[in-house]
Amino acid sequence: MSTANLPKNGGASNGGHTSVNDFTIHVATMNGSGSQTANMVMLRSIFQMGIPVSGKNLFPSNIQGLPTWFTIRVNKDGYIARQGKIDILIAMNDETAHDDVMGLEPGTTVIYDQPLNLNSLRDDLLFFSAPFDELVKPVCPQPKLRKLVRNMIYDGILARLIGIDLAEIEKALRKQLKGKAKAADMNWNAVKVGYEYAEKNFPAYTLHRVERMDKTKGKIIIEGNAAAAIGCMFAGATVATWYPITPSSSLCENLIEYMKRYRIDPETKKATFAIVQAEDELAAIGMALGAGWAGARALTSTSGPGISLMAEFIGLGYYAEIPAVVFDIQRVGPSTGLPTRTMQGDILSTAYLSHGDTKHIMLLPCSVEECYTMAMEAFDLAEEFQTPVFVMSDLDLGMNYWMSDGFKYPDKPIKRGKVLDAQQLDALKKFERYRDVDGDGIPYRTLPGAKHALAPYFTRGSGHNEAAKYSERAEDYKRNMDRLNRKFDTARHRVPAPVLETNGATEIGIIGYGTSHWAIGESCDLLRADNKLNASYLRLRAFPFTGEVLDFVKSHKRVYIVDQNRDAQMLSLLKLDLPATEITKLRSVLSYDGLPITPRCVIDSILEQEKNK
Amino acid sequence: MSIATAPTAPAAKPKVNRLGLEIAVYRGSKTTLCAGCGHNAITERIIDAFYEMGIDSYDVAKYSGIGCSSKSPAYFLERSHGFNAVHGRAPAVATGGLLGNHKLRAILVSGDGDTASIGMGQFVHMLRRNMPIIYIIEDNGVYGLTKGQFSATADRGSKLKTGVINELPAIDTCALAIEMGATFVARAFSGDKQQLIAILKAAIAHRGCAMIDVISPCVTFNDHEGSTKSFSYVKDHEESLSDISFVPFFEDISVQYDPGTTKTVTMHDGSQLLLSKLPEDYDPSNALDGLRRLFEARKKEEVITGVFYVDPKGADFISLLNIIDEPLATLPQDRVRPGQQALEEIMEELR
Repeated sequence: MSTANLPKNGGASNGGHTSVNDFTIHVATMNGSGSQTANMVMLRSIFQMGIPVSGKNLFPSNIQGLPTWFTIRVNKDGYIARQGKIDILIAMNDETAHDDVMGLEPGTTVIYDQPLNLNSLRDDLLFFSAPFDELVKPVCPQPKLRKLVRNMIYDGILARLIGIDLAEIEKALRKQLKGKAKAADMNWNAVKVGYEYAEKNFPAYTLHRVERMDKTKGKIIIEGNAAAAIGCMFAGATVATWYPITPSSSLCENLIEYMKRYRIDPETKKATFAIVQAEDELAAIGMALGAGWAGARALTSTSGPGISLMAEFIGLGYYAEIPAVVFDIQRVGPSTGLPTRTMQGDILSTAYLSHGDTKHIMLLPCSVEECYTMAMEAFDLAEEFQTPVFVMSDLDLGMNYWMSDGFKYPDKPIKRGKVLDAQQLDALKKFERYRDVDGDGIPYRTLPGAKHALAPYFTRGSGHNEAAKYSERAEDYKRNMDRLNRKFDTARHRVPAPVLETNGATEIGIIGYGTSHWAIGESCDLLRADNKLNASYLRLRAFPFTGEVLDFVKSHKRVYIVDQNRDAQMLSLLKLDLPATEITKLRSVLSYDGLPITPRCVIDSILEQEKNK
Repeated sequence: MSIATAPTAPAAKPKVNRLGLEIAVYRGSKTTLCAGCGHNAITERIIDAFYEMGIDSYDVAKYSGIGCSSKSPAYFLERSHGFNAVHGRAPAVATGGLLGNHKLRAILVSGDGDTASIGMGQFVHMLRRNMPIIYIIEDNGVYGLTKGQFSATADRGSKLKTGVINELPAIDTCALAIEMGATFVARAFSGDKQQLIAILKAAIAHRGCAMIDVISPCVTFNDHEGSTKSFSYVKDHEESLSDISFVPFFEDISVQYDPGTTKTVTMHDGSQLLLSKLPEDYDPSNALDGLRRLFEARKKEEVITGVFYVDPKGADFISLLNIIDEPLATLPQDRVRPGQQALEEIMEELR
């Protein structure tokens, strides 16, 4: 084993200040190299030590051989937004190693694969190298598997350097590779080899350390898509029709697994659900609408390109008034864009998706917990309002690992909306599908199969009157469109209200939504602590906007709207909704590089604009 | 004293089917299609078939896409819910309708533009899944509602009113359906009342995808010399593959056929489809034979009609899904929301 550059290990400044439970680890690997297991085990073992942690996968649109990064933020205060800054780099990818190292701030720790010779690049970093290929040989006799096992070695090295309890690593590893004892043993040996190598060859390391806390007790780690799938199951979803697309596929894949476990009738061993992989997104939404029309709680899950394809059907769903839930796990557009990077890219196009006058209810989850609760909310809203409802998640939320409190069991019954059965029709003596009986714009519907002469009607996307008969009459068309508007206004009072965080600030307001929440929350704290700048924060949770939004804008002098897109899409949507007098107050904070927004981005943008207020 | 009253004839008992329903119940609203349109004849046959088979139309859902053909579900089965979807995409909606409530029978009326052009993707995947849908193509080789452009089923060499000649080969939806896995494939002519009604009744008895291409000449845009889908052309060139008789399972089989000239196919529900006047070697369970006849007819520029292929045993998509017997749409909360214990279990795994 070559130890030629060992004297340089830990050779730069190491000492002085130690940051405990407050740093970011950045792992650069090749995708398809088994690094996901190593990274998840690292994340979980720190989590198991009671320390708040979050993990983000920055990966390419590829299966094997392209660079991928995994970033783990350890933060004792529970901040889980992405930090631009890197404290510890684990460099395993020769393609990106040079750029990865050259971009680091002085004093950063670098753990790297010895043949990469990264220590020659800079002398202001703290380098630790290990010969991964040499180390993996004895623990993994089969050359074919070595590539997958060798990454575990850096878990061992890191454990030694920053003080992760080895027992926690083993526990996390065995959980991750549950049911694969042989693989778990082999990986565990690799961890130990890394740990022993570091113990023998590296000097004491004091820059960053983990110490046990009790801040993760009872908490879970989960991706947003899995959380949404659990929500769908407890919402009583019965039909899911989908077409694979990154980053939404794991939603329905998780749903399949959970439904197979919990939604098979114990007596008959038959499914209380149907999940169908459609031939494209056109069919996926068509099937969801067909099922919703028949009375099922139906969903589809997609991303931007799928949303574009679904546009025509969504217009039909809006106009013919058919419930369906559409999960949009947003990714970077336009066009194919950056399919594996995150963006709040479909806000404006989805709000008004389809031709003619259309507008749609959108829910805006910021957390995995809201992916769960809003999934349930979405089905209730879709059936109550008899219309497609969108849940606007994104890649950051859907595919990354988030720490969360355990989910609570729903305390409200399922709402099925205004559906009339044969008995009710008998009592009513009259039924017109599109008549506004209650004055809330929401008509009554019947389901196919209802055995009553009043029940059947013909659903169509062409002009219709209140009795659902074909009509091109001007007054019929207008009356119907006005009623749909009334229905949308009713929804304003029914969708989740925004969440206000304020300590009485009246100058500066911040409006955000979705995954920006984590960066905004942290930046509000930092602005207060570092810049004596006090801002109120309103987090939107739904479109149409509720009355609280106007109140918030009215009660502040300058309001910053944070969007993870180029064109300030939520700002545009607010402009369409707010009175002209309020619009001049609105300013924009934007992040659109495909990476999750950082607190730094929010702070810098606000400080810059505050200079010329 | 008695007053002599003239004896009155008892009121004629209205004709009813096995459910005690009159045919009027199976009708729909008045057609708005052109007078003489082949589609109206098909509508009439659908009404006859559902009436004669004694189907409860509350248990039927009607679907269509966009085009002249797709208006027609409003003209039959007024007791059935109907869904006029977007262009070419009724198969997805019907599939969803069946997922939501698999107790409903699905009948879908499409056109040649709706099916063979914009809807081709959905059409072949519906066939591939063997979705239990009666899929009727009202095929006139022309886009009627947009005033007479060629569709993809127009025969090569046919001529539009404007003089434009179609240079492209026609897509044969029947050959395609056999290839894609449909389990009931037929072609009929809207003007042949007896044959069409027999095919429709057999399709109703079939469990699985029943694809029926009905040549239905457009009286306005495609019924002129030079059109290969005009009434006169089809009447001159039609060759019936078989005379078909269909005997539902609930009626006595009273029609006798010469054993040497019939082929009996037992349908999913136990009823029997009789194909008569067939050549000795014709076997409707032989897909290859069906394809051969379609290709031969095409070569001879003949419109061959009849049932080309039947597989009464092919598993349909709904049965593959292993869905519970009740419709998913109306399962109560306690059947679709797992208990608190399930959530606790899931949370524990994520800790």
